[in-house]
Parts: sequence; structure tokens; C-alpha cells
Amino acid sequence: MKKLEDLVFQIRRDIVRMVNEVNSGHPGGSLGCTEFFIVLFFKIMNRRDDFDMNGKDEDLFFLSNGHISPVYYSTLARAGYFPVTELNTFRKINSRLQGHPTTHEGLPGIRIASGSLGQGMSVAIGAAISKKLNNDRNIIYSLHGDGELQEGQNWEAIMFASANKIDNIICTIDYNQKQIDGDLKEVLDLGDIPQKFKSFNWHVIKLLDGNNLKKVEEALISAKKLTGNGKPVAIIMNTIMGNGVDYMMGSHKWHGVAPNNEELKIALDQNPETLKDY
Amino acid sequence: MIKFINKGNNDTRSGFGAGLLELGRTNKNVVALCADLTGSLKMNEFKNEFPNRFIQVGIAEANMMGIAAGLTIGDKIPFTGTFANFSTGRVYDQIRQSIAYSNKNVKICASHAGITLGEDGATHQILEDLGLMKMLPGMTVINTCDYNQTKAATIEIAKHFGPVYLRFGRPKVPNFTPEKQNFIIGKGVKLINGNDVTIVSTGHLVWQSIIAANELSNQGVKADVINIHTIKPLDKQIILDSISKTNCIVSCEEHNIIGGLGESISRLIVKNILCPMEFVGVNDTFGESGKPEDLMKKYKLDSENIIKKCKKVISRKK
Repeated sequence: MKKLEDLVFQIRRDIVRMVNEVNSGHPGGSLGCTEFFIVLFFKIMNRRDDFDMNGKDEDLFFLSNGHISPVYYSTLARAGYFPVTELNTFRKINSRLQGHPTTHEGLPGIRIASGSLGQGMSVAIGAAISKKLNNDRNIIYSLHGDGELQEGQNWEAIMFASANKIDNIICTIDYNQKQIDGDLKEVLDLGDIPQKFKSFNWHVIKLLDGNNLKKVEEALISAKKLTGNGKPVAIIMNTIMGNGVDYMMGSHKWHGVAPNNEELKIALDQNPETLKDY
Repeated sequence: MIKFINKGNNDTRSGFGAGLLELGRTNKNVVALCADLTGSLKMNEFKNEFPNRFIQVGIAEANMMGIAAGLTIGDKIPFTGTFANFSTGRVYDQIRQSIAYSNKNVKICASHAGITLGEDGATHQILEDLGLMKMLPGMTVINTCDYNQTKAATIEIAKHFGPVYLRFGRPKVPNFTPEKQNFIIGKGVKLINGNDVTIVSTGHLVWQSIIAANELSNQGVKADVINIHTIKPLDKQIILDSISKTNCIVSCEEHNIIGGLGESISRLIVKNILCPMEFVGVNDTFGESGKPEDLMKKYKLDSENIIKKCKKVISRKK
């Protein structure tokens, strides 16, 4: 796990430095999902080294809550899809690293634009059907915000996936219980999310500590075992928004606000450089 | 004067269904999706022959557009089918982000477009869809005029990589274009030659334009009639060549005059050859219930109004 732990520190550093540099972006959710991205990309997914849009004969990942692009970009760069130095162009003019991920600028690793919320699960299902039609037994992974489930299109997709036995898909919900305007419960209470997925006839795994590498890995391995059984799989993953930077942790205020230079220094002090900054 | 023979009325949506079936037989990557309107879209034969490549999504168009976008990853060519209203306005952001901005090879096939949907009324009669779709960067926008052309267009768009909006309709209308035709995206079709006025027409209005040109010819006015099936990219050359000899133009479409074909043409002539222009289209209103032919008359989408506009535009020539 040493290498993965090194990645945790380094990707957290990348995230806070990227958003600080342009004084914009979404550090909170990015930090909360760091462990998930690392385990998924470096331990779980069957990935090809070269990037091909069609992604045949490999597992695919779709990020539906595109605003946590910093963690996505950092992970892709650290996994070798593009040079780590390119992280320095995040949200700047003429960059492939747009505020929200896009295929438009040809950034390797991205297969769909996301940012306008609620669309990623449908796309993931389409890619999963494509895999079935191609007799490709690899798996589709996707990540969604919890607040994002307020978008109705998700429930169309959730209904469709079980009715059509889309069992080569693992959708993870980042359950940090926060959204821009405040606590999920206060903005629009989603009730019992695992129960809702169960009642839509999905396999459900509750991951109580989504910021623990080992627990994330166990949950993803369990989820993988559940694929191919006629039901889609959901992981409801409890995370802490802003995890790893003490003054950000658990507060919705850092959903879409970048740290200033002093705050950045504190964040970096708490996360020592491991794999070399970009 | 070229005679155009109506080989029997047929609906453009059946042309789509026939084209889709042929694609199913010739291209194994073609997949069809429908949101609970399989019969209306004439997709039943495809569904019966290729059940594994037919996806019934239920009444959930947003999900349908997202699934279609995802299907392209893995080389599938998805054709979505529902009414024009539910193919565009209802799912604009899904098309914008997951299909157009992501440059996905999705064919959005839209039936029951325009006022000729008839009795269902304005909730279902979209007259803004061409505008919505043509504003999306990279979107190809096609509006076919009869059964044969719709079938040919359906087959052709599978060969074109990129998002396409294919618009057709509900009623049975004259089928007059050749059964075997070379459908070229972005290329207008000259139907009648004349020097007095240019008529540029799309969709169901093309046949009305032929009727109008014949009547005008009887009165000594020779119209140059162009069938523009591709709204975007617009065939600029065929239009500019025509107005350089006629010096005036009338656009005809079953669509709001704001945002439609006429608007695209007006931008073209302002930038190139200034000349008088008149518009046949719905004048910034919603539709209503009624028989298609009665609605076409009430909303002045007929040969009578085309003749009137032609005479008016000719009178405006200096």
C-alpha cells in the first residue's frame, strides 16, 4: 500500500495547487474522492496503456460529477495518460484541462463531457450495452455525486439498468452528504439512498469509509464479484468532503472555493510531497 | 417545365423505418433506441428483425440520449427515435453536453415534426427544433421532403461520422423524388430552373413549392426551385448561384421563421449578394389542433402563400 499512500499525498497536493493557481475549481469533492480514484485506477481497473476512445477490451470509467475534475486530471496524469506538467494548465486558456472534463480538446482518458449533472449514468449504461454487444466482458465504472441524484435523469437510468439487467456496471455514489448550498438533508433530503437503489433492484454495497484505501479496495472487489449476475451494482461510499486538509474537512464551504496562498501552504504542510510536484 | 410525378402519398417516417431496416441488414454496428413510440416511428420491422440491437428505453428521453452517447463508445452507431419535440426541446442539455460537445456519432431521428402532426396540438408540434439543433456546434441538421428522400438520408447519415439531427413527419405526403437517389449531405437539389425568383424549400414545403412554381409558370413567372434537405451545413453555392440570376428569394419551411432555414439564408445573402427576401413559415406562434392540411392552410404553409410571396418579392426588385 506504500505506493498508493504516496499517491494519496501527491494527488491531494496536485488538487489544492491546481485550484489555488487559478483561484477557482472544486477541491472539496476532489479531496473526498482521492482514495477512490487511486484504488480504481491503480488497483482495480483493467486498463490499456494507450488511450483509445472506443475502449475495447478494457474497463472504462465515467465521471458524472464533472466538477471534481482536479482529482480526475491528477489521477489520469499520474497514471500516465498525459504529462504531469500539464496539470499546470488547469482552467487556463488554450488548455486541454477544462474546468469540467471534455473530449472536445482531445485529452487522453476522457470519453465524455460532464459537468451539467445527472447525465453520466445514462452514458455509462450505453457504454455497458456496447460492451455486451461487442462480447467484451470488461466492466464499466462510474462516479456520481450524492447531490447529483436530485437530477431526475438518474432515476430514469437506475430504473432502466435493472429492468434491462445491465450487470456489467458498477456505479459509485460519493455520499459526502454535502452540496453547494449546504447539507444534503437541508437542501433536498434524498432519504435512504441504499434502500432506494435496492428497491430499484440493484445490488448495493455500503462503503462506510471511502477515505480508507483498504476499505475502498475491498468494496470494489466485492462489487466486481457481484457483476454478471443480472443486476447492476451500486456502491454508496461515505466520504468526507475536503478529506486530508483539516480546515476543509466536512464543510460544504469548500465545495467550490479555492484556498488562498496562506491556506494552500497549510494544506501542503499537511500533505508532504512524495512523487514530485508538477 | 419538368413534371414531378407523385408516385403515391406516403409518410416520411415510413421512409425512415425502411432506411433503418436496410441499415440493420447492412451495418451490424447500427443500433436503434426508442422511447415508447416504436409504431409511430415505424421502427417495428427493425425491432423484430434485430431484437438485440433494439433498445426500448420507455418514456425517458433524457436517458435515451445519454445511452445513445455511451453506445458510441465501442463503435456503435445509435439511431434514436421519438417525436421531434421530445428529440430536441425536452433533451436539449443532454444532446448539448453528452452528444454535440462530446462529438458522439449519434443520429437523432425525429418524427412528427412541425404543424402537420395535426390533431395532438401545440404541445407536440414543435416549430423550433431546426433552430435549436442548428445552433449546436458540429450538429448536422437534415429535414427531408418525402418517403424516398427520407429513406436515402437515413442510410446516408450512418456513413457520416458525427451527430446528426434528421427531421421528418407524420402525414402521408406526395412521394416524388427518385427511388434510387444519391443523397449528399449538405448539397441542395435543383428541382426547377427559372430566372425570375428563387424558391428555397425544405421538408413538406418542397412539394408545395413545386405546385407554386407550376402555377407561376402558367402566369409567365419562372421560378428557380431548390430543395434544401440539409439545413446545416447549408449549401451556400446553390443558393448564391440562383439569386445571382433571379435577384430575389423566398424561403419555405414548416418551422418558425425565427431560427429556421430562412434565417440561415438571410445571413447568407446579407454577407454575399443583397437582394429582397420573403419568408414562408410560421410567424412566431405555437400551433393548434386540426387536420394537417387545414393547419397548413391556416398557417399559410401552402402553395397559395408561396405564390403570393413570390409575387411580392419580385415586386420589391429594383
